[in-house]
Amino acid sequence: MSKQKKTLLLSIVFLVIMIILTYLPVAILTVYSFTESKTIGVWNGFSFELYKELFTDDEILTALKNTLIIGLSASALAVVLGTLAAIGIHSMKKAPRMVMESINQITMVNADIVTAIGFMLLFLFVIFIPNDYASLIIAHTVICTPYVIMSVLPRLSQLNPNVYEAGLDLGATPVRALFSIILPQLIPAVIAGFALAFTISLDDFTISTFVSSSVETIPRFLYNKLKVKGVMPVLRALSVFIMAAVFVVLIVINFFSMRTERKKQQIEKNLGGAK
Amino acid sequence: MKKVFKAFFEKFRREKAERPLSETANTQPSVEIHPLKKSERIIEVQGLTKVFDGVTVIDNMNLAIKKGEFVTLLGPSGCGKTTLLRIIAGFETPTEGQVFLENVNVTDVPPYRRPVNTVFQRYALFPHLNVFKNIAYGLKIKKIDKKVIAEKVNAALKMVDLEGYGHRDVSSLSGGQQQRVAIARALVCEPKVLLLDEPLGALDLKMRKDMQEELMAMHKRLGITFLYVTHDQEEALTMSDTVVVINDGVIQQIGTPKKIYDEPANAFVADFIGESNIISGVMLKDFCVRFLGQDFECVDKGFAKNEKVDLVIRPEDIKVYPEGDEKGQLVGKVLSSIFKGTFYQMEILANEYQFTVQSTKESKEGDTVSIGVKPDGIHIMKKLRSTNTFYGKVTGEDTVEFCGTEFTFNNVDGIEAGTDVEISVDFDAVSLNDDETDGDLGGNVSQTLYKGKYYQVQVYTDTDEDFFTDTVDDWDINDRIGIKIDHSKIVVKRLENEE
Repeated sequence: MSKQKKTLLLSIVFLVIMIILTYLPVAILTVYSFTESKTIGVWNGFSFELYKELFTDDEILTALKNTLIIGLSASALAVVLGTLAAIGIHSMKKAPRMVMESINQITMVNADIVTAIGFMLLFLFVIFIPNDYASLIIAHTVICTPYVIMSVLPRLSQLNPNVYEAGLDLGATPVRALFSIILPQLIPAVIAGFALAFTISLDDFTISTFVSSSVETIPRFLYNKLKVKGVMPVLRALSVFIMAAVFVVLIVINFFSMRTERKKQQIEKNLGGAK
Repeated sequence: MKKVFKAFFEKFRREKAERPLSETANTQPSVEIHPLKKSERIIEVQGLTKVFDGVTVIDNMNLAIKKGEFVTLLGPSGCGKTTLLRIIAGFETPTEGQVFLENVNVTDVPPYRRPVNTVFQRYALFPHLNVFKNIAYGLKIKKIDKKVIAEKVNAALKMVDLEGYGHRDVSSLSGGQQQRVAIARALVCEPKVLLLDEPLGALDLKMRKDMQEELMAMHKRLGITFLYVTHDQEEALTMSDTVVVINDGVIQQIGTPKKIYDEPANAFVADFIGESNIISGVMLKDFCVRFLGQDFECVDKGFAKNEKVDLVIRPEDIKVYPEGDEKGQLVGKVLSSIFKGTFYQMEILANEYQFTVQSTKESKEGDTVSIGVKPDGIHIMKKLRSTNTFYGKVTGEDTVEFCGTEFTFNNVDGIEAGTDVEISVDFDAVSLNDDETDGDLGGNVSQTLYKGKYYQVQVYTDTDEDFFTDTVDDWDINDRIGIKIDHSKIVVKRLENEE
């Protein structure tokens, strides 16, 4: 008994140390975003001044607007393309499906810089797009789509395959069955995919830098400011703000996947344990 | 389950006893293509074959189903019964053959244009819709007036005893309730045929019993054709008007439950439907069969003289008498005796065959008893086969090639090399070896069937041929073994059309 307790205590200590180490930088940033001091390490008393500055700084607001425009449109496009692609991949036979899944993973694992240079060359020499927003949205859609596919595919394989057939059986054409039966059940995964895609777009620095020089997104704004002026206090507030946004997105993802999982389990449980 | 099963057979036996003997021999009207008038056929499949990745799941099947009947497709898992149902529903396209619904060829009609509806194995309710919307789904597609839909859905809910459940989420329903919703959802579309794919498989025993009765009552009330798939023989016998027994993608027998039980067409059906003693014997003449070294009177005729047959004796048809009683025909020793509620189930060894016997009178383990069986308790079945037939080529003066292997044979007819020939190898010319290298060729055991004293074993060779033989040993399915052939017993004949 005591040995068990010791092991438990040890694992808790380990866990706490790990969490502290992981979140220490972020925690320091968060704490010092609530004070006006010029440098981290000096506490000038609690205030929301930095956040006030954040939402009144025109440059920051422009960058935020750009980020939102590009992020939301790219995620929306990625959701449409990714969901349809996932349905297509799911209905493939095993061998081609494996190939498609691998191809999908390549874009996720590939170094950003390689993709970025690829896009730069593409937009410079092959396709000319006059609008920088458009080229950024295209590039972001490309990097986001695999994440939507990755989010939707597992949900598809969890669906009872007979449900689609039940739709056909009751007189629905394949297209109608897709929209009235398959898609509604994918909504949680699609929302999760959208949220994931948005964070990917929000986070991107490398690709945006190589694709467009004129449109400043938040990561690029941060980098440019750091290069010129050093760590401005307001950047602390901006970082915390971004972090909070991502955190909210994560909660949304987990909430939806948990809810669908629970509902599915409930139906299965009521069926009485049989496979 | 056993209890209902028993009650069902009791009913059989009573009916049998009440009727004069001559009538029992009469065949019941069976569902075969010819006796059914065209107007009576609701579903018909012709020459149906389905191949999945090189495996033949349904093999040249012909079947006609009568309007208004409760027809069950019965067979072990993997026999092709669900595939047949899915082809009729339109989810699978046959590799060959046609499907007719009310004499209209629907082979190429997609499922959403067929006048049939399906209750799926695990119901496949739409989890994102509530009970009402689940049932209304099919009607909404037909663009029926909202008011009418509401009326019909409510009527359907009432029919399946779920009034007031319309607003409920399907995840809040029990298994039995989900099943009722699935049935209501299919029936509300007023299909010509209701297809049911093992709909009771997910329910517990008691619920299954209740639902069986409800389904039967529903069938009677609605008068539409039910096509029901199950691997549960008890369910099939209890519920159906007609049972179609399927194995390996081939229909083994079609008939009323009573006919299937009383007069199984072959050893497979006898073995699959209820407990039975299957013994191999020889038909000496009409009404006389020899098995286990003795002659028995029976009620079957029309077999060739000395034709090898399989015969089935149901456990309840064997009477047990005290040792030395004149009525007994065989002397046996009781190996075990278990009380099963209304009868004793005993294993009795007589003439080296282990009989399964059910009797209301107990005999103690170790007792020597005399057992007998009345002529109408012995059901004679044609042997599925007793020779293996292959096609090959003569390769030399006394060599022939088949199954990818060359064999020597006694070339009495002087068949010249290069001739295409038919080769027959009797069961008793084939022996099996544990070690593949001890045989003439290798193969995998694909099926074994106990026939009393020996097993009939089916071996699948690398050249896609099946070897059948009888052995005293039981072989494990999928074991790799060697097939040895007694070369002196290979019979080679020229192919007919070449002469």
